[in-house]
Amino acid sequence: MTVQFRYLDEAVASTLSSAAIDAATAAGASLASCRVEAIRNQVVVLRDGDLETSSDNVEFGLGVRVVVNGALGFAATVAKTADDARAVAIQAVNVARSVARAQRQIMELAPEPSHGTVRWASPYEIDPTTVPLSEKVDLLGSWSRQLLASPHVQHVTAYVLAVTEEKHYADSAGTIAFQQRVRVNPEVEAIAVDDAGFESMSTTAPPVGRGWEYLHGTGWDFASELAQLPDWLAEKKAAPSVESGRYDCVIDPTNLWLTIHESIGHATELDRALGYEAAYAGTSFATPDKRGTLKYGSSIMNVTGDRTAVHGLASVAIDDEGVESQSFPLIENGILTGYQLDRATAMVAGYDRSNGCAFADSPLHVPLQRMANVSLAPAPGDGPSTEELISDVERGLYIVGDKSWSIDMQRYNFQFTGQRFFKIENGKLAGQVKDVAYQATTTDFWGSLEKVGGEQTYLLAGAFNCGKAQPGQVAAVSHGCPSVLVSNVNILNTRSEAGR
Amino acid sequence: MSGLLHPQDVARQVLAEAGSAATVYISDGSEAEVRFANNTVTTNGQRRSSTVTVVVFDERADGVAAGVASRSGDVDIAELVSAARHDAAHAPLATDAAPLIGGLVDAGLTEDIPETSLDVMADVLDSLRELTVRAESRGVTMAGFFSHALQTTTVVTSAGAQRRFTQPTGSVQLVARADGGKRSTWRGLSTPHFRDVPMDELEADLYRRLEWAQRSIELPAGRYETLMSPSTVADMMAYLYFSNEGPDAADGRTVFSKPGGGTRIGETISSLPFTLYSDPHADGLECRPFVATGASSTAESVFDNAMDIQRTDWIREGVINDLRFHRAGAAEAGRPRATPGIDNIILEAGGTASLDDMIASTERGLLLNTLWYIRSVDPATLLLTGLTRDGVYLVENGQVTGQVNNFRFNESPLDLLTRATEAGVSEQTLPREFDEFYRARTCALRIPDFNMSSVSPAS
Repeated sequence: MTVQFRYLDEAVASTLSSAAIDAATAAGASLASCRVEAIRNQVVVLRDGDLETSSDNVEFGLGVRVVVNGALGFAATVAKTADDARAVAIQAVNVARSVARAQRQIMELAPEPSHGTVRWASPYEIDPTTVPLSEKVDLLGSWSRQLLASPHVQHVTAYVLAVTEEKHYADSAGTIAFQQRVRVNPEVEAIAVDDAGFESMSTTAPPVGRGWEYLHGTGWDFASELAQLPDWLAEKKAAPSVESGRYDCVIDPTNLWLTIHESIGHATELDRALGYEAAYAGTSFATPDKRGTLKYGSSIMNVTGDRTAVHGLASVAIDDEGVESQSFPLIENGILTGYQLDRATAMVAGYDRSNGCAFADSPLHVPLQRMANVSLAPAPGDGPSTEELISDVERGLYIVGDKSWSIDMQRYNFQFTGQRFFKIENGKLAGQVKDVAYQATTTDFWGSLEKVGGEQTYLLAGAFNCGKAQPGQVAAVSHGCPSVLVSNVNILNTRSEAGR
Repeated sequence: MSGLLHPQDVARQVLAEAGSAATVYISDGSEAEVRFANNTVTTNGQRRSSTVTVVVFDERADGVAAGVASRSGDVDIAELVSAARHDAAHAPLATDAAPLIGGLVDAGLTEDIPETSLDVMADVLDSLRELTVRAESRGVTMAGFFSHALQTTTVVTSAGAQRRFTQPTGSVQLVARADGGKRSTWRGLSTPHFRDVPMDELEADLYRRLEWAQRSIELPAGRYETLMSPSTVADMMAYLYFSNEGPDAADGRTVFSKPGGGTRIGETISSLPFTLYSDPHADGLECRPFVATGASSTAESVFDNAMDIQRTDWIREGVINDLRFHRAGAAEAGRPRATPGIDNIILEAGGTASLDDMIASTERGLLLNTLWYIRSVDPATLLLTGLTRDGVYLVENGQVTGQVNNFRFNESPLDLLTRATEAGVSEQTLPREFDEFYRARTCALRIPDFNMSSVSPAS
């Protein structure tokens, strides 16, 4: 798509980045990069059809990263003049010199050629941040009223997050980029309340790198999902509590994406695997010495990282270190074969080049290694449908929609819940059960991957809120996957876990 | 370095441009931080931020609507006010409407915005190199984070309120790992001014805990008598605080809802006299004493901006005492006053025992250093899941006798208060996961049957 910035003036941004890079280089930086960004971020929340929350923020800023005598420095400001840009560049150089007193390893970045001037925009039809508040309220309000009209629904929370990110990147190697991305995250939660308690169910529509057209049916059938939600909720409210134990599980991509995110996405981040997140986000069991030998899962497991997927939330053309976006294998035939890299970790681990996974969530934050779109490949050729996967199960559960998630600091032990859990009896769905969580160790779980669904079951899902680092940064990321069949999964009853 | 207008000038221009009922909320931030890992510094940063949020109120015959817009940096005030005014004109009536706050004027409104830099942490940075050199010589890998921020909040309303508060926030967090991470421990503290940070004491305590871990003990999942350190209690109480929005409880959709309708305010949940409260004037934990929000939400309202915040006891002497409400929500629920969010959390039960005292009086139990990745599993019971991290120790006959494997737990913070058999003395602490609660004071707890749901092989 053609890049047409709405919130960032390209000429001003170019002037600021040139001033910053020149000043940093003159002050002694061997490498310098500058990002000038404007990010428009809108939130609209309706509670029982009434507007509860409305915010509309445009964040502007410029951040300068330098390397001075092998030490990294970063500084940022929201001020907008060339003098401010020069001052913040010199501040970054001074920060690098200040921290050098505690530096015991030289910071080097893997080489990356200049890509000249790059212009790129994610594909969308309607920029969601240009849609008037009243139109958003009207749409969410109509969805809310539709659900509240059901006797099974007592309360509804409906929200949409809309983001337009405009970023100018320039570095001392000569790469100059102008990139624009949009994304939306709509969700509706219906709540049933009676004297016995309450139960809730949310839509499973994933956040996507699309425009406002997504809420009108391009890429997701909201009308169909909203129409079914009250009956699904009523069934769940009345459902029996699950009997804990081992089950074969058919997992829908609306749930599986999150398991991929936590147990594969974060585990294959090289900065974690090398110990750079030991104090906060954690490390990884998938350490570099195991690359090429670690049996991550069954032989039908093939996982890639990419920053190129159409409508992917992590997709770009150039990352925040000037590296061209790429697609790369992480797990091939069940064996760990790759990592997500930024330029610093690529250098430490001896890679020739980063695979383009640097990102900063704000112009005021330093770029870090952040997650690419990490996706599980569907079965090649004429793979099974979700119904065919279910038909192969004698006693099991069909799990739909994400809800709760948690995984340990080395990405071994995880626990997830979901929106809907259907019993499978002799190959057929036999109604919902509730109070379900599944718990496993990463390699056990993926080692029990029996079947992957075909292309027709594949969905690009994801999240807006992947957290990492100190100070905390939040990134949007997508995960594509088919429906799968995983055998012998440990199912907990959450009421029993609570001692009820 | 800053070409930004002073917030007083911004506020004056915004109100003049608005020409009607409006509030201005300006958040000026100055931050500096250093991270380190693998015994060397890694990333860092120094930044200056400034965000101006304008709320314009559109008064109609049948009520009032609000329009909100925020911009950062040297903002175009006419564009900003126009955006807020446009949304106000097209927004439905606000359900949280209340008269704007007036009459409260703070001192120091015209003072310059204070800024921080890495200089504030010069002493700890000076000590970091030697800390990591010593660690390396002992086969230990250090990682951690030093951060400092000055957040200046200015709120001005067209009704005449002028509020300003500068919040200093800082922390020192250290992780020491040995034997490839098989032995790992954490210490952290809140230090708003980076004065007299006891780096030697922190370092010594890290090595003491690594020494405890020389003996490794494998234990299965199950329910164990457990001593929760103040940091772990703070993390669990933080989630309790996050979950105590009054309107949700009144709607019947949280653990604070009474089956059949209403809330559980007034219900006794503990035989120990726990008081869980927040107080902007708490000694050593001072925080912004007035409301400043850029958007209304379930328990916060832009109409309440500039309103004084008072101490609120969420639980008093073992009884659920209050939930979070904005003014309109409080009125609707029949509560005596608004009880907005407050940026600190304190748990007391009158205990006098230190954690060491509690260890000494333990025949056999687990001691938890920190918790991690805490998430809601079931909002009806507030069942939370999470992991133990960087130190689970076995206590036998009053002594720590070794390090135990990590566990995944499933527990509810309300249930923990119900089942606790002992609470220690309250002390200032830093929650490991929810470290946005830099201002926390909690007591250690003894839980007779903490639910370790499964073993985590992580270290």
